[in-house]
Amino acid sequence: MKKNKATLSKYLVSGVAAVALSAGMASGASAADNGKFRVGIVTFLSGAAAGPFGVPSANAAKVLVEGLNKGNLPAPYDKIGINGAEIEAVIIDEAGGATKQVEEYRNLVQRQNVDAVIGYVSSGDCLAIAPVAEELKTFTIAYDCGTPRLFADNPDAKYMFRTGLDASVDNIGAARYLAATRPDVTRLSGIQQNYSWGQDSWADFTAAAGKLLPNAEIVEEQFPKIYQGQYGAEISALSVKRPEIVHSSFWGGDMEALVLQANARGLLEDATGLLTCGEASFATYKDQAPNGMIIGARGPFGAFAPNNALNNWFKGAYNAAYDLDPVYPATKMAQAILGLKFAAENAGVADKEIPTAEQLTSGIKGATFESVSGTVQMARANGHQAMQGITYGEYHYEDGEASIVNKVSFTGECVTPPEGVSAADWIADDFAGAECK
Amino acid sequence: MRFDKTEISLALVAIACVLFGFISPGWLIFLLTIALAKALVVQGVVMQMRSGLVSFGQGLFYCIGGYTVGMGGQFFGIHDAIAALALGMAVAIVVAMILGLLLTRYRDIFFAMLSLAFSMILFGILVKSQGLGSTDGFNVHNWTLFGWAPETGADSQQTVFTMTIAAGLLIAILIHRYTKAGIGVICEAVRENEVRVEYLGLSPRWLLYGNYVAAAAVSALGGGLTALATGHVDPEMAYWTTSGEFIFIALLGGLGHVAAPFIAAIVFSVVRTYSIEFVPNTWQMILGFTLLGVIVFLPKGLWSLVSREKSGERT
Repeated sequence: MKKNKATLSKYLVSGVAAVALSAGMASGASAADNGKFRVGIVTFLSGAAAGPFGVPSANAAKVLVEGLNKGNLPAPYDKIGINGAEIEAVIIDEAGGATKQVEEYRNLVQRQNVDAVIGYVSSGDCLAIAPVAEELKTFTIAYDCGTPRLFADNPDAKYMFRTGLDASVDNIGAARYLAATRPDVTRLSGIQQNYSWGQDSWADFTAAAGKLLPNAEIVEEQFPKIYQGQYGAEISALSVKRPEIVHSSFWGGDMEALVLQANARGLLEDATGLLTCGEASFATYKDQAPNGMIIGARGPFGAFAPNNALNNWFKGAYNAAYDLDPVYPATKMAQAILGLKFAAENAGVADKEIPTAEQLTSGIKGATFESVSGTVQMARANGHQAMQGITYGEYHYEDGEASIVNKVSFTGECVTPPEGVSAADWIADDFAGAECK
Repeated sequence: MRFDKTEISLALVAIACVLFGFISPGWLIFLLTIALAKALVVQGVVMQMRSGLVSFGQGLFYCIGGYTVGMGGQFFGIHDAIAALALGMAVAIVVAMILGLLLTRYRDIFFAMLSLAFSMILFGILVKSQGLGSTDGFNVHNWTLFGWAPETGADSQQTVFTMTIAAGLLIAILIHRYTKAGIGVICEAVRENEVRVEYLGLSPRWLLYGNYVAAAAVSALGGGLTALATGHVDPEMAYWTTSGEFIFIALLGGLGHVAAPFIAAIVFSVVRTYSIEFVPNTWQMILGFTLLGVIVFLPKGLWSLVSREKSGERT
């Protein structure tokens, strides 16, 4: 036994030594200064959000990085890579929760020595990463997460930026679309996934609809749990209340299941569906979604993206690589990468020089840059949050061809609360200062 | 008080780790902090495994520990890290004392499922609490240690790391003594044959009850330390996949020794972070094959690599 105890402590010591050694080797192995601009890309590669969001985003990142490294993009992004330096993308999986993402974020910055990080679909991950980005002083762009708390909770953010829009914009835009196209509706209903996203979306939508559609009432609301997949009971509960509009912030497989089931049971014939994330499945609905269903893309992204040189290049390159049109998460990823490129090239550093995090922040803070979705103004949250308009439209499927009709766009000033005002306060204040065309 | 060899080597390793923390890069300190904090939760799982109960809901106490630390700072003005951790353990103990009354009546899969159910109830409550940020959770910051506020960055990271090592050492020594003591050995007897233990005049149920409550406190400590290190808590901490991860680590390490969960947690974290780096699309598969390999070749966990000679000696 005595001998064992001795070997035991030997093992303990050698175990720790092994960890130390592997760590040393690892930190030696990662080459920091190879002259390339190394960017960490974090999005879902596994789990329920991978199919609808993560994979299109990662694909978009690959298309963009390859195109930029070859200098294929149209002006003003025709310079090779980022500021002349070749881009090296490190793509990692966002699955696994906030604790793990904080760990992996630190690994990206401190072990892999990335120059910037772009990522995060989940709002929880964004909120967890924001303070760490400040701590590690790393330029970080949140490309998709929608929580308005990102900058409300971190008012002094210096290194964190968001090139996508927050979720309030989606729902204020949705209410404005109804007011513009269907001012006479009186019976609204909603079905949301029971987690932050669904709860916040519904709160914003009902508040905005209360002001913009004063004659309408909420006749039913349903909060099934996320990834439930079967919505028979909820669809019945909605149907018996005879709503005219069914608002939903569902996404991914849940959304497709809801559309399929609600359509088969006639709910979407009697009532008009309004899906704030509906565009993400634009290519897969075919004839399973009714014509006239209102869909959004969380901004001017995906099928709603404008017809400009950048977007035409992006759609062409994406289509050539994956034989699909980019959906909104893909467009948003492209926008974030272009934002990073803009920040680097606007930072005033010499050609091929890799700017520091401080230089990157000064390059994009409060700036206006061209993107695949049109012009982006970093006009909110002290110049850290993008402001853009939003477009909604109706799904139309005819002769095997899906399209969007009756599009209505709203300007950024029309759907975004002014600086320093929360969406709830702004809505309660009758959208004071909103500039709609 | 006399320390045996295991305790002395644990202390030496702990001191070596703290010193190692001064020279290692930030990411590694963070990885080790989280691994060791999780190892504390795994200690809770292992304590119960030794008495034959597999808790599929240890995330409940992990989450309670984390949320108590977070809410203490956010809503009740408890910014002292030690006070917040102690409060987390106290809350976990109270909850475990109530739940334990019911749970210790069940064994095997029934215990596993019921413990899972309670952790999912907490998950459900948190998801519906919009004041606590629902699924997004909230940040944990501005904590102090005896009135001293470590600077954000390397300073606070080092502090949490040292606190985690200290807590780990303390808990490891306590658990080591517990398993060597009569009552700890009886836990194994309960697993082997509960009826015989009853014939010895002992009550397996109250033994398991005490074990359950102690495991809850240890797990809450791990959760609190994770919250301090990460700076964020979310309901995912109580989700069943989190509890599953603790069982994964427990199986990886085995029940052979109090150090096994710590080593397993570090191995798990290192394997995971490098598989995420090198095979971003299939990192779960690497983890799965690792566990499969351990189950097939080392059914008693990684620790059997160390204790193999021991069995050889006995024969």
